Amino acid sequence: MSAVATYALRLGDDALVLSQRLGGWITRAPQLEEDVALGNIGLDLLGQARTLLTYAGEAQGAGRTEDDLAFLRDEREFLNLHIVEHPNEDFAVTMARQLFFSTWQLALHQRLVASTDEMFAGVAGKAVKEIAYHRDHADQWVRRLGDGTEESHHRMQAGLERMWPYVAEMFAVDDLERALVEEGVAADVSELRGEWDQHVDAVLREATLTRPDDLATPPGGGRRGVHTEPFGYLLAEMQHLHRSHPGATW
Amino acid sequence: MTQDQRTAPDRFQTLVDNDERIEPRDEMPDAYRKTLIRQIAQHAHSEIIGMQPEGNWISRAPSLRRKAILMAKVQDEAGHGLYLYSAAETLGVDRSELLDLLHAGRQRYSSIFNYPTLTWADMGAIGWLVDGAAIVNQIPITRCSYGPYARAMVRICKEESFHQRQGFEILHTLSHGTPEQHAMAQDAVDRWWWPSLMMFGPPDSGADQSKGHTAQSMAWKIKRFSNDELRQKFVDMSVPQAGVLGLTLPDPDLHLDDETGHYRFGEIDWSEFFSVLKGNGPCNAARMQHRRAAHNDGAWVREAATAYAEKTRARTAAGAA
Repeated sequence: MSAVATYALRLGDDALVLSQRLGGWITRAPQLEEDVALGNIGLDLLGQARTLLTYAGEAQGAGRTEDDLAFLRDEREFLNLHIVEHPNEDFAVTMARQLFFSTWQLALHQRLVASTDEMFAGVAGKAVKEIAYHRDHADQWVRRLGDGTEESHHRMQAGLERMWPYVAEMFAVDDLERALVEEGVAADVSELRGEWDQHVDAVLREATLTRPDDLATPPGGGRRGVHTEPFGYLLAEMQHLHRSHPGATW
Repeated sequence: MTQDQRTAPDRFQTLVDNDERIEPRDEMPDAYRKTLIRQIAQHAHSEIIGMQPEGNWISRAPSLRRKAILMAKVQDEAGHGLYLYSAAETLGVDRSELLDLLHAGRQRYSSIFNYPTLTWADMGAIGWLVDGAAIVNQIPITRCSYGPYARAMVRICKEESFHQRQGFEILHTLSHGTPEQHAMAQDAVDRWWWPSLMMFGPPDSGADQSKGHTAQSMAWKIKRFSNDELRQKFVDMSVPQAGVLGLTLPDPDLHLDDETGHYRFGEIDWSEFFSVLKGNGPCNAARMQHRRAAHNDGAWVREAATAYAEKTRARTAAGAA
């Protein structure tokens, strides 16, 4: 598989899997406005995923469509980060996940706008506007929950602790990405950490929350297709119907 | 009797008679206000409970395109709920009060949502039949005498007709797909057809006759057509569409009456309707349980938002002082 196809799959899988998780909030959100907002964010991510998976299929050159890639790959072939596959749990965990991921994704796409690859640059150009809204939505909720009631403060702090172990993986670069960075196709995620810290720290400070400690050996492996246990169930649910009717059109 | 007390109802009736709109600040009879609150709330509740049977398939949609369309659709329904609760709020009630009444089982939602969505084809049948019936019911409400309700309905009807076309397209694709997909589509239509006819409410006459507020609502121009008139309109619209879909409707008595140009249909089992209405449908308990759980689980989030808003106001005030 070409490096470009792999890179498109990595970013596309991040968006697809988080969209699938966020879809789980619809009809279960704390208020109607959040059913709409979380649905909106999920839809934006699904749109990004569809373009990126279609591009990955083209770059692979084997005639695979977005649906072939979404529904017919197994767990070990998905290349998303662990953070996006983490179950929703409560609203605080979901907001911690969204703050961490959207802050990272925004910084990444702000750089990809200048990618030498026209498709990545194009996706990023549209995505930065969407992600800026996703990040702002998460910022506001983390502040409200952190500086709200005693219970919400406690839950939000717990949400941060729960999601913190998955942060380090977002900034890890492997040989494949290093080569693409050289070519000007990819952005170097290891360079995003300072900016990410600055934004997240500022939100946590305002929210009266404490930044969790880094783990000595944080988990990872999503980019190599090594995932967490809950991910298999996500795929089983997402892929079941499509796989039950091989070759059918929907 | 003061001048004001005499003229207020007169002005109300004149506006209604002249097909003009009653606005929130206008005086209106208490019974009119109560009827509208009940109807708009029921409509809003139907939108948000109606998210559940379709939300049930978001995670399993068979293609990414269908997943996107379904997510957008369920999101539209949440949006409809929001406009409708806002329309009800112009009559002096609060969304939270209305939700409490729903959760306490003291206000209703459309019985159709007490049926389960068992296969993907149900997404097509709901769009084609349930949204189709909703449109027939709702288009006349765009001319309802109460302004905020009428205007909310204009926007909702536009989105509903989009949903109905999407449902039709899902069924068309399935019906013309593999034999298994065709069977799935036919099964869904078989299950949703009769409950869709019941969406227009009990008949205008006979033993099962509506004991509702039809006559008064007609006089107030909240309702413009009777249940049976609307039901007939829906059947006339749907029969030819079923032909295009290549699907049959589960009614051996269905036939075109050459004299009137209307399709005659078989007897509706009103005992099923009343039973579901009383709470004995397949999903009544599950729908309410899901709704209450979402509301209760989210209570700490709403409380936090309120507390944060108060703190922010206090800080702003302290800063300004």
